[in-house]
Amino acid sequence: MGAGHAHKLYRHGHSPVHDLPPHCKLAAVFGFVLVVVSTPREAVWAFALYAALLAGVAALARIPAGFLLKRLLIEVPFVAFAVLMPFVVPGEQTELLGVSVSVPGLWGAWNVLAKGTLGVAASVILASTTELRSLLLGLQRLRMPPMLVQIASFMIRYGDVITGEMRRMSIARRSRGFEAHGVRQWGVLAKSAGALFIRSYERGERVHLAMVSRGYTGSMPVIDEVTASGAQWAYASALPVLALAVGLLGWAL
Amino acid sequence: MHVPDGFINAPVSAAAGVVAAGAVAVSLRGARREQGGTSRSSGGENGGERTAPLAGLVAAFIFAVQMLNFPVAAGTSGHLLGGALAAILVGPYTGVLCISVVLLMQGILFADGGLTALGVNITVMGVTTTVVSYALFRGLATVLPRTRRSTTAAAFVAALISVPAAAGVFTLIYWIGGTTDVPIGKVLTAMIGVHVLIGIGEAVITGLTVGAVIAVRPDLVHGARGLTSPLKLRIDGELVDAPARQSVAPVAARSTRGLWATGLVTTLVLAGFVSFYASANPDGLEKVAADKGIDKRVEEHAAKDSPLADYGVKEISDARLSGGLAGVIGVGATIVVGSGVFWTVRRRRTPDAPAGIRTEETV
Repeated sequence: MGAGHAHKLYRHGHSPVHDLPPHCKLAAVFGFVLVVVSTPREAVWAFALYAALLAGVAALARIPAGFLLKRLLIEVPFVAFAVLMPFVVPGEQTELLGVSVSVPGLWGAWNVLAKGTLGVAASVILASTTELRSLLLGLQRLRMPPMLVQIASFMIRYGDVITGEMRRMSIARRSRGFEAHGVRQWGVLAKSAGALFIRSYERGERVHLAMVSRGYTGSMPVIDEVTASGAQWAYASALPVLALAVGLLGWAL
Repeated sequence: MHVPDGFINAPVSAAAGVVAAGAVAVSLRGARREQGGTSRSSGGENGGERTAPLAGLVAAFIFAVQMLNFPVAAGTSGHLLGGALAAILVGPYTGVLCISVVLLMQGILFADGGLTALGVNITVMGVTTTVVSYALFRGLATVLPRTRRSTTAAAFVAALISVPAAAGVFTLIYWIGGTTDVPIGKVLTAMIGVHVLIGIGEAVITGLTVGAVIAVRPDLVHGARGLTSPLKLRIDGELVDAPARQSVAPVAARSTRGLWATGLVTTLVLAGFVSFYASANPDGLEKVAADKGIDKRVEEHAAKDSPLADYGVKEISDARLSGGLAGVIGVGATIVVGSGVFWTVRRRRTPDAPAGIRTEETV
C-alpha cells in the first residue's frame, strides 16, 4: 500500500501525453484504431505511416522503446496464428524462401499482424500514460453507464487484493507439499477457486456494508470532474486526424 | 479467444458492439434485481446499491481465477474462462456484467483483445457463455432432482456446452465478417473441436468449484437458491425469509426465460451437430482438429483460448469448403428459426405477465 495505487502498467511521468484529459486520449485511441482497422491491407505504406505516428506519440510520452516492445509480447499468440495462415489459406500459390505459400494467406497474415500490432501498441501507450483511476473517469465522461464504471473501479481496486489472496492460498498449498501434476489435482484447485469466490463475495458484502454505513445509495459522488478544453481536444485529435488522412490516402491510392 | 483488432471487419465489429451494448444494458437492469434483494429486505428503496461492490468483487474474482492454471498433462495447463462459473454463482445478469468488465479492462489495460473487437469479445465470451450455460443450467435444474449433486452435475453440463457454443458464435461472426480467407468449414471444425476439449476442462473445474461453494455457503450460489432455503435460516431467519418470498416474483419471468433457454440450447446443440455432420468428411476432419487441438494445448497453453491457436488445421481442399459452408448456413438458419420461435412465443406470453415483469422484459 505504501507504494500507492499506481498500477504496474502505468508509467509515471510528465509529458504532453500524460497531461491530456483521459477521455480525450480514449477517444483518440479508439478513433485511431478504427481508422487502422478500416484501412485496406494492400496499402502497406499506410501502416508504416501509422507505426511512425505511434512512435511519435510514444516519443512524446517518453516511453522507452524497450518497454513498449515488451508489452507488445501479449500479441505473440496472434503472431503464431498469422505465421500459420499462408499455409492454411487456399488460393494462388507462390514461392517464398523455397516454401510454397498462398498469396491470400500472406495478405491475411499481414492484415492481422499489422492491424493487431498497431491496435495493441495504441492501447499500451494509452495504459502506460494514463492512471487507472483517470481512465475510469474518462470512461464515465464518455457516457459509459456509471454502474459499469463503478463495477470496473471495484474490480481494479480489489483485483490486486483478490490476486494476493489467491497467491497466499497457493503458497499455503505448496508449503503443505501440494504439487499440481495433472488432472488428479483439479479437485484441490477447484476447491481453492471455490474458497476464493467465497472470500471475494464476502469481502464484497463487507465493502458494501461499509459503504452503506457511510451513506452510499448506489451512485458515487463525482468530486473531480475532468473537463477538457478545446485546445486539449484539438491536441488529442491530432493522432486520429492524421491517421484518417493517411487512411483516406490509402483508400484513394 | 480474445479477438484482436483487424480480425473481424469494421461493420461486423460495430454490429457486435451494438449487440454487446444491448446485452450489457439489459444486464445492468437485471443485475439490480439479482443483487438488490438478496439479503436486504429494504432493497426496494434503492435497488442496485449492492450491485457495484458485489459485481466488482466478483469481476475481480473472475480476473484472478483466469490466472489460476490447471495442469492438464505433463507440462501443460489451461485456465478457466469463467463465463459459466459466473453465471451459476452470481446469476446470468451479474455474470454478463462481470465478464464484460473483465474483458473491457483486459482490452484497455493489457491490450488483450482489440478495442474495436471489444463488442465481438463481449458477445462471444461474455454473453454467449453466460447465457448458454445459465439457460442449460436452469433447464437441467428443473429436470433433475433438487439436490446438491444434481446442481453440480448441471453446472458441469452447462460449462461443457457453453465453451463450444461460444466457439460456434465466434465462427458465425467470423463467417460474416472475417478479414481472412480461411475456409469457414475448417474454422468451424477446428474451433468446435478444440473448444470441446477446452470445455471438458472448464466443465470439470466449474462443477467442482460450484460443488465446493455449495458445500460451504450454499446461499451464495445463485443457481442453487431454490434448494437451500432451510440453510439460509442459519444466518438470520428474519432477513432471509423476505428475499425467499421475493424470489417468487421472477417465477413468471423464469418460465419465459426457461422456454427461451431451452429454445436457444436446443438450437445451439442442433446447430452444433448439424454442422458437424454437414462438414464431416470420410477422413474424419474432426479427429484431426481434435488432434491438432491437443497439440495446441501442449505447445502453447497460454494461448490455448485464442482463435489463432485454434485454426491450426492444415489440411485443405476446396471440396470441403462447400460442406463447411452448408454447415454454417445450417447453424445460422437454425438460430434464426429458433429465435423466431422464441420471439413469437414470448410475444404471446407477454400480455399475461404482470406489468412490472413486462417492462423488465421488453427492455
